[in-house]
Amino acid sequence: MNSRMEFANGELVAQARSGNADAFRVLVDRHSRGLFRVAFRMTGNEPDAEDVVQESFLRAYRQLGKFDQRASFGTWLYRITVNCALDLVRSRKRRGEPWAADPGAEDPMQTAASGDPTPERLAFSGEVRERVADALNELSAAERAAFVLRHYEGLPIEDVSRVLGCNPGAAKHSVFRAVQKLRRALEPLVSAAK
Amino acid sequence: MKHLTEETLVLHYYGDADEDAAVEQHCAECEACRALYHSIERALGGLEKWSVPERGAAYGAEVWKRLQPALPARSRVPIPAVSWRWAVASLALAAMLVLAFLAGRSYPPGSGPAPTVAKNTLRERVLLVALSDYLERSQRMLTELANAGAAGPYDISFEQGRAADLLDESRLYRQTAARTGDDVVAGVLDELERVLLEIAHGPSRISPAELEDLRFRLQAEGILFKLRVLSANVRNQDQPAIQHPL
Repeated sequence: MNSRMEFANGELVAQARSGNADAFRVLVDRHSRGLFRVAFRMTGNEPDAEDVVQESFLRAYRQLGKFDQRASFGTWLYRITVNCALDLVRSRKRRGEPWAADPGAEDPMQTAASGDPTPERLAFSGEVRERVADALNELSAAERAAFVLRHYEGLPIEDVSRVLGCNPGAAKHSVFRAVQKLRRALEPLVSAAK
Repeated sequence: MKHLTEETLVLHYYGDADEDAAVEQHCAECEACRALYHSIERALGGLEKWSVPERGAAYGAEVWKRLQPALPARSRVPIPAVSWRWAVASLALAAMLVLAFLAGRSYPPGSGPAPTVAKNTLRERVLLVALSDYLERSQRMLTELANAGAAGPYDISFEQGRAADLLDESRLYRQTAARTGDDVVAGVLDELERVLLEIAHGPSRISPAELEDLRFRLQAEGILFKLRVLSANVRNQDQPAIQHPL
């Protein structure tokens, strides 16, 4: 996020707070794609990700009055989105539903199984997807969020800690724990593919 | 030699280790730590390819369309009386044009006498003239902004005022176009609206780099080109057909 965008965000938030729906529309326009990316990685499928994006903006609009103008609006939105996604994931877990990876989604380990799809490779990629889904399902809420924000969104660890509401040391540890679990789940398959 | 922990190596992968240079130096000398680091790299490298379904430039507008009806009402800050009167006057004028256009469109074709058809054609032409004028003004404003040269911070408060005025009109034209099924016109007006919103609500003083950024965005999104094409199409429709004597 560059400084100009942050500065403009601050102005837009002030206008949206005073009842200017157009200003909020600009914010929605600006942040929708980023929020969808995070929501998809957190929930694992498109319909849930769409719901999370919608719910996040709705919560943000309702809570605009609580937003501290000195903070980064983008980070604040990420925090709301992560919480929305985690609510959904937790309720799914409570119901005993696994992490719902999109069955049509691209294989996360495509590099390991690149080239023409042979029966062996297809079987391998299916196994990988299953393992990734299992491994992600094993991550705690903080680990999952920390990993998505650091690994995929490239957020600095300080911003990850702000989103998670913890100190940078705890955020680093969550990233490590997530990587450790994912690596242990995937390492045998990566080695087999070599 | 004391080996590095897995946590240190994972943090090093992200550049978050306390002493990244020392970790690098250690890995260069220690085969076991180097092997562990490569194994971390391989696993994480594979996860890099986990793609997210693409969402286009219009995704924000789609989200807004679904979100808007669910938003709770907020009280608006009152606007000054003078600009309110101007806004009412220009909106009333635009509304009259829109109503005239809709009335003309909704009249059953071929069911009335020739003078009614002529009236409807006239109404459509009135709207086309207004739309053409609107597109020209939008294009002019954006072109001026895109070509503004500035050595230092550039004040765009004048352009912001123009963008805010254009926004009110744009909505009416877009809604009319959507109702009458003119998807192309509605689409371009929607894109234009988003650019106008950004300008109207952005900072009023921008640096040369920010101006360049705006210029790049206008080019990348092709909004000026689309406006030019749409404007030309509208102008062509606006020309009365040449009447050949029988």
